[in-house]
Amino acid sequence: MIEREIDIAIIGGGPAGLSAAIAAKKSGIDNILLIERSESLGGILNQCIHEGFGIEIFKEALTGPEYMQRFIDKVEQLKIPCMLNSMVLDINKKKDIIVCSPEGLIKVNAKAIVLAMGCRERTRGNICIPGTRPSGVYTAGCAQNLINLKNYMVGKRVVILGSGDIGLIMARRLKLEGAEVLAVVEILPYSSGLPRNVVQCLEDYDIPLYLGHTVVNIRGRKRVEEVVIAKVDEKWRPIKGTEKRIECDTLLLSVGLIPENELSKMAGISLDSVTYGSRVNENLETNVKGIFACGNVLHVHDLVDYVTLEAELAGNSAADFVRGELRNESNIKVTAGNGVRYVLPHLISGKNDAKFSLRVMCPDRNRKIVVRDGKKILKKIPKMRVNPSEMIQFNIKKEYLEDVKELTIEIE
Amino acid sequence: MVVYDALIIGGGVVGCSIARELSRCKINALLVEKECDVAMGTSGSNSGVAHAGFYVQPGTLKAETNIKGHRMLPGLCKELSVPYEEIGKLVVAKTEDEIDHLKKLKENGDKNGTRDLEIIYREKVKELEPNIEAVAALYSPTSGILDPFELTIALAENALKNGVKFSLNTEVMGISQKNGRFLVKTNKKGFESKIVINSAGLYSDEISEMVGIDRYKIYPCRGEYHILDKNKSALINHLIYPVPPKDLGGLGVHLTPTVDGNIMIGPSAEYIQEMDVSNTLDVMDTLLKEAKEMLPEISRRDFIRSFAGIRPKLIPQGSKSPADFVIEEDPEVNNFINLVGIESPGLTSAPAIAEKVVEIIKKKKKFKKNRKFNPKRKAPVCFSKLSDQEKSELIKKNPDYGHIVCRCETVTRQEIIDALNNPLNVKSIDGIKRRCRTGTGRCQGGFCTPKIVEIMEELYHPSIDDLTLKGNNSRLFIGRTKDLRKND
Repeated sequence: MIEREIDIAIIGGGPAGLSAAIAAKKSGIDNILLIERSESLGGILNQCIHEGFGIEIFKEALTGPEYMQRFIDKVEQLKIPCMLNSMVLDINKKKDIIVCSPEGLIKVNAKAIVLAMGCRERTRGNICIPGTRPSGVYTAGCAQNLINLKNYMVGKRVVILGSGDIGLIMARRLKLEGAEVLAVVEILPYSSGLPRNVVQCLEDYDIPLYLGHTVVNIRGRKRVEEVVIAKVDEKWRPIKGTEKRIECDTLLLSVGLIPENELSKMAGISLDSVTYGSRVNENLETNVKGIFACGNVLHVHDLVDYVTLEAELAGNSAADFVRGELRNESNIKVTAGNGVRYVLPHLISGKNDAKFSLRVMCPDRNRKIVVRDGKKILKKIPKMRVNPSEMIQFNIKKEYLEDVKELTIEIE
Repeated sequence: MVVYDALIIGGGVVGCSIARELSRCKINALLVEKECDVAMGTSGSNSGVAHAGFYVQPGTLKAETNIKGHRMLPGLCKELSVPYEEIGKLVVAKTEDEIDHLKKLKENGDKNGTRDLEIIYREKVKELEPNIEAVAALYSPTSGILDPFELTIALAENALKNGVKFSLNTEVMGISQKNGRFLVKTNKKGFESKIVINSAGLYSDEISEMVGIDRYKIYPCRGEYHILDKNKSALINHLIYPVPPKDLGGLGVHLTPTVDGNIMIGPSAEYIQEMDVSNTLDVMDTLLKEAKEMLPEISRRDFIRSFAGIRPKLIPQGSKSPADFVIEEDPEVNNFINLVGIESPGLTSAPAIAEKVVEIIKKKKKFKKNRKFNPKRKAPVCFSKLSDQEKSELIKKNPDYGHIVCRCETVTRQEIIDALNNPLNVKSIDGIKRRCRTGTGRCQGGFCTPKIVEIMEELYHPSIDDLTLKGNNSRLFIGRTKDLRKND
């Protein structure tokens, strides 16, 4: 087996991996290796040909491939070594990585690792949709790949389960392609996608959104022939007698994303049971020293701009670690309180300004984000509108964090 | 027109076992299967268990073929390079009352000739299965597991290699007799054969009727399953079964480790009116509940897929005693070998059933030995099971073995190409999946399906109609992007 010594190995060549690599290189580390399993850099954004990416960072609405190209160009310009068609098979605490590539099996020993593997789509099996198992049931991202990258049209009469952003984007995409989108079905009483996508992808095209509904049956032996939807009660159980049959040939599933942390588990990294991502400190370092995580493998983002910024931090932290300059003094625990589904990072030092990302439990108006240490309230941030689909990010200056023991962040 | 010596109807594990067994003789045999691949019915949707023979009633054909088949399977699997693991089974008693049932099962097994059965108690159960709570268990160390798709495919490929012809996508529409020969009408063309073997499983009653045998009726009894993510595979080491329920529907919801490393939960047992392989909401919930009673660590989060199969039962719901297999030349229709009601333990019994059928045929007519018969089948490369050394060498020879396409199951591009070049020429997405495990992992093909389609395009430029999930009418796509806009 070929063996290589690397300062920073970056696993994944999507938005997170590329930004981390660029940041690490810019901060002076040259011996970097980026490992990407597919045939090209860019990750999932290559198939997101709609626009709306980059508004935060570039102040422009770019398409996915346009957004990524800026980073791919940078990687090429900085001559960052990348391995394509190469997948990591194994990784351990000592930061040995086994990579499988057409050039052979390669053992990489890295001083630091940035995990940027992204996420996968929840499948039909994960949510137990009853019925037959015909052709024509696709996850939304898979359908997006087939239509946008492989030039295959997946169906004519389509029902979409889940109103996450990919589902909404695909509803519009299919409509533009001439398919009939008969229903977008959402189990929650509100859409789980960004409000702008609900307007731009459904309302503008008169696509019906069934809130508080789910798919209770798929019929058809060879190809989907019919989907049955029904209202659900507050426990998400279908209500008998509310079934509605929709004749269709395709069912797309946009029912959530799961960070792909199989490698992280191999390395002994502890995971958060809510995000399914690593537990990290303010440097985005995991419990395994020198292994960092960023992007959708850490927690699922709604805007790629935030992934880019997060990954820059991970890349910089990894570079600091390699140089022996990374200070790890994070011992203040950060907990999600009332109304908060999760908050990141899990640990901060209190010695630096802290940046938090959180998601709320349910949509609401005129709320405040409250940051407290025990009973002592450190900060209140008013929010006109909070929405589970929109990640909230905010900073707290280090002045507020002096002598803090434990932070709780909640919605009031 | 070619006149076949024998025509087998149905490419399940029984039909394919018979095909392979017949190929030991110089015989002109044909197997017809209505689906696009073998193992598409009951054979491909069961627990994949090699039963040791303690459930079946002594003195029956079920008992005879089960015990014999169970003894044949390890050797057969070795010849065909099909993974077979003798992992053993525990039938667990939750309460003291159930211990009597275990004793009866053991007695039954001892009578049938099941080897090494033993009643073990709480502590020994804990030792074997730390996560299972039980008062006692019937321990059957010789029970095994195998992949029923792989076995059936291997049998078919070996039979093909040894001279049996296969006609897939071929549905029998009618059978007539003329001058002592059968004329078998299909959706494709007619075939003429001296002997017909009915191994049509769920449709064996319909095939029987085509030659005027109307005394059989198949009562479909559906069994649903869930498949768990591999990250739960360490929870159990053996097959874990409950004490069988009294209603004769099945053996009870059990936990089945698979040779690929997943655990399956199931099956339910529900008599149904039509051949409907749907999963149903209530049963899916019940399965989880019953499995959790045996293994509390399981949750819905762990499910990666659910499926259902149908048992071809010869007795209706509520019958007092189980039916036996029918394995015979029909007493009224000469040269018509009938196999009806081959439900559990049909997978285990298949090799013994095949021998029995070939004996019946040999009694009627002597065939010369096929001197070229090669019992061995080489399995395609399974990259993920190789050592690092072997992997490296393989990639050096062919870089496509270093290019992983299915990330969840670590399946390489070359393995997919190998699967696409399968001897039966099956080109469906499910056909590839069953040959090299693409899409069987936690993403269920979400990532690799587009890549497999791309490889198919590269290799043989299929038309839109040829890109299917599981053969005819299961098209993956309705056309190309922009096609629907062409008439605007």
